[in-house]
This record gives sequence, structure tokens and C-alpha cells, in this order.
Amino acid sequence: MKHFRFLVLAILLAGYASAMAVGLEVFDFSGNVDEHRYKHLIAELRCLVCQNQSLADSDAGLAHDLRREVWELMDQGKSDAQVTEYLVARYGDFVLYNPPVKPSTYILWYGPFALLAIGLLVLIHTLRRRSRQTESGFSAEEQERLQKILGTEKPDRD
Amino acid sequence: MPRFVRYLAPLVAFIALAGLLYKGLSLDPRHLPSPLIDKPAPAFSLPLLQQPETLISNADFKGQVTLFNVWATWCVACRQEHPLLMQLAKQGVPIYGLNYKDKRDDAKRWLQMYGNPYLANAFDAEGRTGIDWGVYGTPETFVVDKQGIIRFKHIGPLTNDSIKRDILPLLKQLQESDG
Repeated sequence: MKHFRFLVLAILLAGYASAMAVGLEVFDFSGNVDEHRYKHLIAELRCLVCQNQSLADSDAGLAHDLRREVWELMDQGKSDAQVTEYLVARYGDFVLYNPPVKPSTYILWYGPFALLAIGLLVLIHTLRRRSRQTESGFSAEEQERLQKILGTEKPDRD
Repeated sequence: MPRFVRYLAPLVAFIALAGLLYKGLSLDPRHLPSPLIDKPAPAFSLPLLQQPETLISNADFKGQVTLFNVWATWCVACRQEHPLLMQLAKQGVPIYGLNYKDKRDDAKRWLQMYGNPYLANAFDAEGRTGIDWGVYGTPETFVVDKQGIIRFKHIGPLTNDSIKRDILPLLKQLQESDG
């Protein structure tokens, strides 16, 4: 048990250390560049080398270079939109974790809603058909005959 | 709704989905479409690898159809690709290089040891020109036409197949077109 605890602690520390290792560059945030804005922006941009990490998370060489580039552009007073545009012009929409709405991404943005709509339609259709059906599955005419035969008000549910 | 349609619909939907996913398996997520295709080559002005005091710019390879190859000595796949570049150079294809985030001495030694297929090499120590060209994985090879427009980009090492299928036919076509 003691060993186990030690192991867990070691693993947690290792994770912490590797998290600290990323983003080693030291930038000066006392000037034009707002640290919050910078951190927010690099978290929204995707690293091209390790494709499931953001620029903020990645330790790849290119990610270092691109972070430097983002910082410099911000230092020149560029807006978030201008920085993003700069990167999109070079690497395409792929760098954005938040892809723009345009014809090629319609399926991405609206596809889930379309599926949801189809699901709702099917649900409504099914419910309607069920409620239209009499409980016993007989038509109104047959039911009348049945009532006459059985002499009850309404057949019991099975 | 006829009964068989109701029973077939899920099957059809399943086959369509399976087909889509199967196609997804054969796509390489590392091959990203470059937004630079059919756009003018990004401008640069860099020192030559061999003569640091001389500058080379993208204007230097206008007027001919060229390959622009991004490479580095730390890039293992570049070593694999190198003999093919030598072959292309021997066939008379003009190849310019961008030596990307490399050490000058290492790069020079590489060219001495393995041969130099390049007409000239721009030395991009900091990788800024690489960023302008949207480089994210060396080696990358661009085909630039006579007007200096990027027509094609190959990501990763060239192969015999890719040269035969993509590069050579395109070079021929671009060379024959005037302008």
C-alpha cells in the first residue's frame, strides 16, 4: 500500500513536471502583449506536428517557433483575428480548433443538428402512428362489432 | 412505407457509414491541404548556405519551373529522399533548397558526403521562411511555375511513385505552357 501511494505520487509529479516543461520560452508580458490574451490565443491554435495538441500544449520545435511568431505579432499590435489570419494563410483552417462556418464545414457545424432533426421526425412519426392505432389494433368498425359481441364498453388492455 | 424499405433503410445507412469510415482509414491525417497552392510563392531573402554573404530570394528562380525542397540534416526522411533528388537533378530538373533550422556546417558536410542536387540553397536558420511557406514536416517539396506560383506541394519524402505520378507530369505540363 505504501509502495502504491508512492507510485501514484511519482506519476502525478511526473505529469506535473512534463506540463511545466512545455512552453519554456520566456516572453516579456510587461509591454504590448497581454498574457491572458496570448495564452487564450495559443490554446485555440492547433499544433501541426502533434495534431491533437494545441500550440499551448505542444513541445514540438514548430510549436515553439509559432508561439514566438504569435507573441511577436501581438507585440506589433495585431489583433487576435489578424494573428489567426496570418496562420491560416500559411497552414490553412487546420490550425484552428474552432473552424469557421463555410460550405466545406457545413456538415461539421450543422450535421449534428440535422441528425437530431431526423431523430425527432422519426420519433414524432412513431408516436403518432402508435396513438392513431387503437390499443387493441382493431379498426373502429371492428371494435364496434367486438363491443356488440362482448357487450362491454371497451375491451380491456391486454 | 413499403415494408422492405423500412427493413432495408438501416442496412443502407450502415453500409454508407461503413464506406465513409473505410475511406477515412486510407486518408493520412498528416497530409493537410496547403492554402498556398495556386498562390504566389511567399517572398524571402536569405543568405546562401554555401556563401553566407550572398543573398538568394524567391525572385531568383522565376522564369523556370523549379522544385523547392525543404530539408535539414536532422531530418531522417530527408536522407531517404536524397538519392531521388540526385536523380532528378541528373535529369536536369532545377531544384532549389531551403535548408531549414539547420546548422550550416552540418548541412555543408551533408552535401559533400551525399552529393548536392541543388542549384542553390537558402539558409533558414530560424525557420521563419519555413513558416511563411507553411512548412510543418520536413521534407516538403513545392513545384513552382515560371511566374513564381506554387502549383503543387508534396509533404514527406518523395518516392519513385510520387515523382512519376505527380512531379514529372506536372513539370512537363508547366514547362510546355508559355508565359
